[in-house]
Amino acid sequence: MRHSRLWTWHIFAGLVILILLGLHMLIMHLAKFSPNSLNPAGGEAIDWANVVARGKMAFFMITYILLLGAALFHGLYGLNTIIGELNVGHGFKKFCGVALTLLGVALFLFGTWAAIAARGAAMGM
Amino acid sequence: MSETKKMITFHVRKFEPGRDAAPAWRAYSIPLSKGMTVLDGLHEIKRTQDPCLAWRYSCRMGVCGSCAMLINGKPTLACNTQVSAVSEKEICVGPLPNFNIVRDLVPDLTPLFEKHQAVKPFILRKDQEEMENPSGEYEQTPHELEAYLQFSYCIRCGACMAACPTFATDRDYPGPMPLAQSYRYTSDSRDEGFEERTRAVDRASGVFSCHFGSECSAACPKGVDPAKAIQLMKRRMVWDYLHFLKRKKPCGIIHGQRTTGRRENIPEPPEYTIPQK
Repeated sequence: MRHSRLWTWHIFAGLVILILLGLHMLIMHLAKFSPNSLNPAGGEAIDWANVVARGKMAFFMITYILLLGAALFHGLYGLNTIIGELNVGHGFKKFCGVALTLLGVALFLFGTWAAIAARGAAMGM
Repeated sequence: MSETKKMITFHVRKFEPGRDAAPAWRAYSIPLSKGMTVLDGLHEIKRTQDPCLAWRYSCRMGVCGSCAMLINGKPTLACNTQVSAVSEKEICVGPLPNFNIVRDLVPDLTPLFEKHQAVKPFILRKDQEEMENPSGEYEQTPHELEAYLQFSYCIRCGACMAACPTFATDRDYPGPMPLAQSYRYTSDSRDEGFEERTRAVDRASGVFSCHFGSECSAACPKGVDPAKAIQLMKRRMVWDYLHFLKRKKPCGIIHGQRTTGRRENIPEPPEYTIPQK
């Protein structure tokens, strides 16, 4: 595959992580400044009522999946690049590339299922 | 009154594959003369102490790039380095790192030239007929020339390759010199070979493996900035993938002779000092 594509997505994934982690900091640690709709029960952001309220929102389910995808791609592509620069055989590098891709896809599918299932559980409460 | 000459010790890394088990340092003490370069010092050692000492050199004035070696830990040209500027007492001279050693201070630069060749370091045009049978000059403005001028000062000495931390571990990585040359030709307004050159560097262990450590730029004895060229090449490739890259038509050709005459304000040349026949 052309690495200019992978590199471009690597940069985009980094930007997505930066934005979503900024959002995480705003919601979880700067609750005073975040909109009330994100912590409707008031009090601490980590209170169970607020967690359930956020779990019901489709916005959070989508951002969890987006953050998971961006973090997995950014991290695993970075790891693959590091392995590619080691003085090891081509066969090992190729094996690592395939193994990391499969690991990334499997973790993404599992994490996506978990995010959707968590929303379903929150909706039932 | 007798004048005592100042002495300097050269520690030279000696190695002859097939005979020596491993490279070893050998010390030579020679008189330090004014303006002595490291290359002069090596000549003095060869003349007076070790006729078997091997290194590569040619022009002796920083143009050919043959005498690149590791001088006190810095890859640079031996002919361009004054001994007194490096040290007053001791100096360590070794072959360029990241290359196999042919003998003593002679590195095997085959990978450098192979990688250079792979990026097609020449003007590529789609008009094959014009390439083979040129009908005129390519028209290039001074502004277009400036886009690649500094990268064209590269003398392929290999100092940047010796300084590169990525090339040190990943032998598939093209290295700073070939990558900088791929940008030098890609940014040339006469060239149409971006896609072809991209195929050579847009791969695993390609242009995107550069960490932007900039050791190559610090090492370059000609003041070229290969790290900058690599980043510009990366940007161009990403822009191309995102379809943001403006495709320019390559510069045109001036057919036949220029019709413009000599400008009036240019003075006539002086008379010949030797009578012409």
